[in-house]
Amino acid sequence: MSKAYDQFTPYNVGRWVVWTLFALVLLVAPKLFTSNLSISMLAQMGIAIIACLSYNLLLGQGGMLSFGHAVYSGLGSYVAIHALLMVGQGTLAVPVSLLPMVGGLAGLFFAMLFGYVTTKKAGTPFAMITLGVGELVFALSLMFSDFFGGEAGITANRVVGEPVFGITYGPAVQVYYLIAVYTFVCVAAMFAFTRTPLGRILNAVRDNPERVEFIGYNTQVVRYLAFMISGFFAGIAGGLAAIQFEIVTAEVVGPLRSGAYLLFTFLGGATFFFGPIIGGVLMVLALVLLSELTKAWLLYLGLVFMFMVMYAPGGIASLIMMNLRVAAFGRLRELWVSYLALGGTGLVALLGAGGIIEMIYHLQLNAAIGPQVQYLGATLDTGSAQSWFGSAFVMLTGIGLFEVARRRFREHWSDIQVDIEKEIKRREMA
Amino acid sequence: MSTTPYTSASHDTPALELRGVCKRFGKTEIIRGVDLAVRAGERVAVIGPNGAGKSTLFNLISGRFAPTSGEILLGGRRIDGKKPFEINRMGLARSFQITNIFPKLSVFENLRCGVLWSLGYRYTLFKFLADLDDANERTEDLLERIGLTKKRDTLAMNLTYAEQRALEIGITIAGGAQVILLDEPTAGMSKSETRRFIELIREVTEGKTLLTVEHDMGVVFGLADRIAVVVYGEVIAFDTPEAVKANPRVQEAYLGSVLAEQQAAEAAH
Repeated sequence: MSKAYDQFTPYNVGRWVVWTLFALVLLVAPKLFTSNLSISMLAQMGIAIIACLSYNLLLGQGGMLSFGHAVYSGLGSYVAIHALLMVGQGTLAVPVSLLPMVGGLAGLFFAMLFGYVTTKKAGTPFAMITLGVGELVFALSLMFSDFFGGEAGITANRVVGEPVFGITYGPAVQVYYLIAVYTFVCVAAMFAFTRTPLGRILNAVRDNPERVEFIGYNTQVVRYLAFMISGFFAGIAGGLAAIQFEIVTAEVVGPLRSGAYLLFTFLGGATFFFGPIIGGVLMVLALVLLSELTKAWLLYLGLVFMFMVMYAPGGIASLIMMNLRVAAFGRLRELWVSYLALGGTGLVALLGAGGIIEMIYHLQLNAAIGPQVQYLGATLDTGSAQSWFGSAFVMLTGIGLFEVARRRFREHWSDIQVDIEKEIKRREMA
Repeated sequence: MSTTPYTSASHDTPALELRGVCKRFGKTEIIRGVDLAVRAGERVAVIGPNGAGKSTLFNLISGRFAPTSGEILLGGRRIDGKKPFEINRMGLARSFQITNIFPKLSVFENLRCGVLWSLGYRYTLFKFLADLDDANERTEDLLERIGLTKKRDTLAMNLTYAEQRALEIGITIAGGAQVILLDEPTAGMSKSETRRFIELIREVTEGKTLLTVEHDMGVVFGLADRIAVVVYGEVIAFDTPEAVKANPRVQEAYLGSVLAEQQAAEAAH
């Protein structure tokens, strides 16, 4: 009878389905996307998922806004790659498959070290201290080139030691499956964490730290423990990255990486457990694909982030969950016209804005090679007023229409929400 | 000194005792030498005008602030200067004047958080909440007692105000503390809500030592075994309701005006 206490009990069928599906996706993904680039991207997604989830233990679960999470994944990478070098020299006998654990232990160790100071505070002071620690470690990385490898970084060869069951980690796909196994186990472990007493008290500390002090818990201890667990998983992600790339450079502990964890965890959605999984996938898509597509990718990313914070602070995960709720009450079908309108007008606005942005970037970076800019199959001319006015016209039209669509949608949406609330009340009474 | 920490509380040891407690913020003395001894199982109401220091007194007892001087003893053991969580572990729990719950957790989770420590689930990492039968049963029982079983899975932030106040009490008693401090539990409630709520408080604190700040005099005189009147940071009277009512000093300093006000308000209805 005790099994009725949680909405999702361990033997819940729905949960088995979700986890089996997740395992299947990890298993068959490289069969569907077989190019070298896609397998490398899939591997990176696994790493990013672990990293973002570990970050969300702090942000979403514990309400701790860290600006220096890359310190733990990055130092995990460094320790793992040094261990890999030692394995290569025969001075360390650890199978390559277990090297990510070395990274994890390193992450745990440094989280224990720095976290002792950081987690003394919560809120803004916590954020400031993590920023400081992040800068400190990044600065150190440029000073101690023996350990951090200076500009060139540290390189190693992952094909070392005796192959176990014929696995050499030469082929990329073998590394992918190593990462996939770690991803599955780490995601499951972090999910399990959210179901433990410590995990729940961490949520309570996020919601109302003051009250937690009056129900017997020392909030500092709770934050410190969570910080170490988060550092451990971040270190595993770092260790996997060391094996995947066979090179570790100082940027892995840098502020940009820390910023990326924050940004994509938020985009994916910090309020739901699976949000950072989406965030991790997006992170690799943006960093690998978007950055190939356009020089202005950081600007686009910034815009997306801005709009997300303004209009959907719960990230993509919360958008999904809100729509699932609407669907559960059978009202999603009414909305598809609105979504089509929103999507269409949004695309038009983006098309115009993109034209302008690409032309500005071209003027700034490539003006020497002529005024022509290739943009989605069309040629824009930074010298002609036509291109500028045309782009501006498309953008403004798009924005105007989008605003109209948005207002319609908002009304319709809030009507539906009101209906749903009523329906819930009615069911409660019944 | 009678404060050896490991002697068990005998019949003569007060459940809660304050000895010459003072609290200064800068140069302002908020609490000016309070002595108070509350017997185990007693219900004490703390009354007094706004700004008299009632909430500060609660904050001192529960460890939010340390007293500037004086001693506070819980069952004979010194607690002044200890941290709130240490005092809580020793068997004292409190509620807050401004609702202080976990808004994004469900009602059930709110209560379970309050239960966990007392059952020995401290910073437990290797057990699932769903498997903690004792904690879950105690939580269900609590839900029942504060009348929120139907709201079990509602997020605390979506409760009505009165329900949140009930949850506040629920979290406070969840850990099974023997000494309960309730800071204006009925603040902001209507008269009829207050009456019902006081019944709830009476039920859930049965057999425990209760200190409560309360403004409704009708309620105070009905609920309390003894009343402590705090004026300007001093306890000017600590006695049974009848004796306090008859006390001329109390009449002068506080009750006269309050009772007149309430009678006027009732006459107006």
